[in-house]
Amino acid sequence: MNTKLKSDSLNNFRQNALELFSENGFPKTNEEEWRYTNLSALEKKSFKTQPHIETINETLLTSHMLDDAWIMVFIDGHFSKKYSRLTQIDEALELTSISQLIEENPDKITPYLGKAVCNKTHNFISYNSAYFTDGFFIKLAPQASTRKPIQILHYALGSETRAATRNLIIGAEFSTLEIIETFIGESNSLTAAVNEVFLAKNATLTLYKLQTESQTAYHFGGTYCKQQPHSIFNHHNFAFGGLIARNDIHTDLETAAECSLNGLYLGEKRQHIDNHTRINHNQPYGISREFYKGILNDRARGVFQGRVFVAKDAQKTDSAMNNRNLLLSNKAEIDTKPQLEIYADDVKCAHGVTIGQLDEKSIFYLQSRGLDINAAKALLTAAFANEMIEKVPLEPLKKQLYVHANIIT
Amino acid sequence: MLSIKNLTANVGDKQILKGLNLEVKAGEVHAIMGPNGAGKSTLSHILSGKSGYTVTEGSITYNGQDLLALAPETRAREGVFLAFQYPIEIPGVSNIYLLKAALNAIRKHKGQTEIDAMDFLVWVKEKMRLLDMNEKFLYRAVNEGFSGGEKKRNEILQMAVMEPQLCILDETDSGLDIDALKIVANGVNALRSEQRSFVMITHYQRLLDYIKPDFVHVLADGKIIKSGDADLALELEAKGYNDLETQAASV
Ligand SMILES: Nc1ncnc2c1ncn2[C@@H]1O[C@H](COP(=O)(O)OP(=O)(O)OP(=O)(O)O)[C@@H](O)[C@H]1O
Ligand SMILES: [Mg+2]
Repeated sequence: MNTKLKSDSLNNFRQNALELFSENGFPKTNEEEWRYTNLSALEKKSFKTQPHIETINETLLTSHMLDDAWIMVFIDGHFSKKYSRLTQIDEALELTSISQLIEENPDKITPYLGKAVCNKTHNFISYNSAYFTDGFFIKLAPQASTRKPIQILHYALGSETRAATRNLIIGAEFSTLEIIETFIGESNSLTAAVNEVFLAKNATLTLYKLQTESQTAYHFGGTYCKQQPHSIFNHHNFAFGGLIARNDIHTDLETAAECSLNGLYLGEKRQHIDNHTRINHNQPYGISREFYKGILNDRARGVFQGRVFVAKDAQKTDSAMNNRNLLLSNKAEIDTKPQLEIYADDVKCAHGVTIGQLDEKSIFYLQSRGLDINAAKALLTAAFANEMIEKVPLEPLKKQLYVHANIIT
Repeated sequence: MLSIKNLTANVGDKQILKGLNLEVKAGEVHAIMGPNGAGKSTLSHILSGKSGYTVTEGSITYNGQDLLALAPETRAREGVFLAFQYPIEIPGVSNIYLLKAALNAIRKHKGQTEIDAMDFLVWVKEKMRLLDMNEKFLYRAVNEGFSGGEKKRNEILQMAVMEPQLCILDETDSGLDIDALKIVANGVNALRSEQRSFVMITHYQRLLDYIKPDFVHVLADGKIIKSGDADLALELEAKGYNDLETQAASV
């Protein structure tokens, strides 16, 4: 791959990242942001970039494809033209693989690469910068909104595969974008997908993420967003798969920008699911809403760390954060940590956390209406998850979510 | 249909029911009145199988079976229904889903097939008309954000859909406005039949103007201290419980 790179600045960027990563390896639990997530298991494996193959489980792949969407498929971190569905794309929309741009027109990506997140942030970023094989580039022209949503389907296939993609999303002024990232896989692969997002004034992005990789997989997903005034960023994060899965969602808000971060994490057996969010209100009149819910069974462990930063000048910020957890077993665990750092004095910032079990009174109420105890518990669990799925306006995705969350409607 | 003999029950170390006797035959309507904290809701909870109570003495026989040996869901499927004094809110579960699940649980218990979705909708809407309920309530989460009166009406809707044999109404009238009380009473009266019995717990004579009971009982300090016909309720309304309680205590 490196030999293909034509741009010096790109080469330097990657070289620098490789050096950073080589020095310290994966993040360690003595770093504040990684306290609850131990990655020593990763050090023992030797994840490798696999060559691009196209002999895959097509049924699995197609079952995750959304109807009526443009679809870009990545297999083990390589763009697969064969499986993608990219016909008749709107003129206002650029939808290209990063590898193609590096090959043909690297100047298109250099203004953005490493601008929403820098390699030093933590070593999953430098890892990604050093090793990404491909990624998607989505850019929408001013005032445009697309006819169809865009789905990015990441399929991790090989054993100890490293599937690293670096992705850029650019919404020009007054544009409206809708993107769904779906991560699937059947192996003990390591996915490292980093998105850098740039929303110009009054742009809107709704980004969904559905991660249902195997319970032997490792997953790191980072989305780093820069929001110009009056832009809107809606994120829906469904973290269901992986043995160790970590999501970082960061957004920087300028004047009167809005973000809404929703999340649902479901852990069972020995899964470890970690969600880190950071909302930076850098300028006044920003609005942020965050709502994360988790259901943890067996020996699963969840982490929620939600940080809201309000700068001194960010007066009239309106922010609310909520994290609710349902523990279905006494061996399941959640570490939840909302953090507010407020330097402005005229702001509205609320936060709340709950950790609980299924409510005995509700179980009895359902039993008194003829449901057996297991059905009652399953229904209440589904109802807890349902609240997050209901927030998804995209019907075909909602249907998939119900299936993955085991919810019968 | 229901025979309660010498029922004695505790919550923790505290004795709440102290040798309670009650006989309910098919088709009868019984009213239970009594002071706050007497044990009326406790009785209704024990009948429907709520955990947290220990029966230390006595028995409950329902249609020839030992009711206390049955799981709560089995009691429900066999026709015991409790309209709760404080209905529970279940966010995320729609009313229509619960109503259908309840009906199908009963049908399955009887060896019948699940009801067709369209047939069910027609059926449930008919019941809603009976209770003058807006169809929108079908798609709202069970009791979530319902007003006090709407919750009570929703309990009666569940009852109408499940068609139980023994209907226990724990203060269904509390919280209903005058018009709603009439509507709910009409709904209950429409369900009256020779096979179906009612045990209505209430504090107010007013309900009994609309649903005429065959028997009225006074439950005080964990037992039935007096039984009579509908006139007893009028007497209580005039005199209160104090006289009765002192009489009972001096016996
Ligand atoms: N879990 C509990 N722990 C301790 N005491 C309890 C518990 N549950 C009920 N009790 C007590 O049992 C007594 C009977 O309660 P119950 O709810 O049956 O009264 P009630 O007759 O329904 O009263 P009301 O007319 O106010 O509804 C009360 O004194 C109550 O405080
Ligand atoms: Mg009571």
